[in-house]
Amino acid sequence: MKLKETMTPAKSAVMLSITALVLTVYVWFFLHAESQISIAILLVAAILAVILSRRFGATLLVEQSAARRPRLSRWLAVGCGLALIAAFYSSHFVLLMLCGVLLYSTACLGLTVQFGYSGVANFAGAAFFGIGSYATAVLASHTAIPHVLVIFISGVIAAVIGSLLLLPVLRTRGHYAALVTIAFGILFKTFIEVNDVLGGPQGLQVPGMNLFGFSLNDGFSLFGLEISFYVPYALLSLAMFAGVYALVNALERSWVGLSMDVVRTDETAASTFGLHIVRWKVIAFTMGNFFAGIAGGLYGMIIAFVAPNNFTFGDSLLMLSIVILGGLGNIAGLIPAAMIVLILPEKLQFIQEYRFLLYASLVIVILLFRPQGLLPRKTRIFFAKKGS
Amino acid sequence: MMAGQSLISVDKLTMRFGGLTALDELSMTVHEGEILGLLGPNGSGKTTFFNVLTGLYKASSGSIFLDGENILGKTPQEIYRNGVARTFQRSRLSLSLTVFDNIVIGDYQHMQHGLIFNLLRRKAFRAEYDVYVEKVKALLEIFSPPLVDRLFEPVDSFTMIDRRRIEVCRALLSQPRLLLLDEPSAGMTHDETDELMQDILQVRRKLDKLSVVLIEHEMNVIERITDRCVVLNYGKKIAEGSYVEITADPYVQTAYLGEAA
Repeated sequence: MKLKETMTPAKSAVMLSITALVLTVYVWFFLHAESQISIAILLVAAILAVILSRRFGATLLVEQSAARRPRLSRWLAVGCGLALIAAFYSSHFVLLMLCGVLLYSTACLGLTVQFGYSGVANFAGAAFFGIGSYATAVLASHTAIPHVLVIFISGVIAAVIGSLLLLPVLRTRGHYAALVTIAFGILFKTFIEVNDVLGGPQGLQVPGMNLFGFSLNDGFSLFGLEISFYVPYALLSLAMFAGVYALVNALERSWVGLSMDVVRTDETAASTFGLHIVRWKVIAFTMGNFFAGIAGGLYGMIIAFVAPNNFTFGDSLLMLSIVILGGLGNIAGLIPAAMIVLILPEKLQFIQEYRFLLYASLVIVILLFRPQGLLPRKTRIFFAKKGS
Repeated sequence: MMAGQSLISVDKLTMRFGGLTALDELSMTVHEGEILGLLGPNGSGKTTFFNVLTGLYKASSGSIFLDGENILGKTPQEIYRNGVARTFQRSRLSLSLTVFDNIVIGDYQHMQHGLIFNLLRRKAFRAEYDVYVEKVKALLEIFSPPLVDRLFEPVDSFTMIDRRRIEVCRALLSQPRLLLLDEPSAGMTHDETDELMQDILQVRRKLDKLSVVLIEHEMNVIERITDRCVVLNYGKKIAEGSYVEITADPYVQTAYLGEAA
């Protein structure tokens, strides 16, 4: 409490800039690291840094600075993203991983609205992601609709198909509702597998994105440098994540977020004060599936090929584990959690099959010491205090 | 006191849970602007009556008229919009949410719920939000000024007494016509109960015609603040009248103390 008074807006800005710089450099090293030694050093360094900065109150200072200057912290985060994309301008593989992190996180923003805010657990996140990919594959191959619109329509299709689930999900509670979504996820994968029109088990080709007459798959060079064709895709993914993040962030700090929280925590009190339980759950479920759908649509265009095996129950679990590992309901935790869940196993290739063992143990250890996730959800503050 | 028009009139209200009759042909009236004490031993149907009145339970038969309109069978949401607000016997606050969050939701009916308004028109939202912050602060100023400085702390860090005050504020924020208080003094000392009741009376002076129904076991609270009492036993009304009248009533004495030896 006392510290709060000492954090002036100017000090907060400096604090945040330093944090952003350190994190960017760290992620850059992490993405660059190839050898087992360097990865091990980086992991140990991260764990030590987290422990030490908590011990000496640095974490608290950063949190307070971020609360003080929310807009600045968001722009710095976008800046970090841009810097990393620029640093890896020619590395296909790293850029592809970054796209994956950003778009999985976008889908997880949707899951946060569903699970974190209104309490509707969705174990079919990957299915809605997949619906978006398949819708994009079909629409982009067979129609002349502009691709930006195709992505949007894919989101709408995911939301509409999701509304088929509304009745069983709303009639059941808790574990039972979760079971309904699990069944749907399996149904989706099986349906795609047996459906020859959608390519069956072999899957479908997805055309690359064509943005205002530029085909993104062509690749280009700038100032004599070969730029990976993944760079524009990474920028688009960053833009999509940032846009959805801004929306969900506003949602949490509004009557909508408050209503969803009250519906989640006490349905009886909620109805006594006029809240329509069904209305808020429908809005959350539909909105979440839309976000998963648009993320899936763009992801499909990036990987150029979609198959049923990309959207299994395991992938849905991966998404939920990102949501929970990041800190249920705290959207700022999604990116670090997605990095751990998606990039770490790739980086641990050298121990082969053991990588999943190590990675799974790490997730368990993190949740053992931080049961609320990496960045637990903060108490809602609608608007930051005006600068003094 | 002021024998105004009847705000609530209940006629032959019956509520059965399987073989148990929780409310048995209950008929009673709540007048505009009065404070009515609802008494009775444990299990006599007081809380069930609140739950039926607020639409949480569907009564088996009978009718409840609110200002001439039958509200039996309406949803809790509709009844709330008709101006009925309540507190719960066991506090029902969202513990992880702040004091402000918990109180402000009480005026849900007047908030703008649109997605466009909430997500995209942030300036307009901010203006509405600022008005609500002032409203909530003004109400807390009456009930517990120290809470004003802790407006954005989560409710789970507060004592039971503060939580109860927060619940009363939540119920009062929408300026209801009828306030239902389910044992507000449970777990409180005499002084604290006194203070809470005085605060409620103070709000009532500002809110024209607010009626209050109070479930209470503390007899001195009943004596000091109610205009009239209704006593229930086994879901039936066994007595009605002023505090002096009902305490002199032999049926009431039997219900509370058992058969005279």
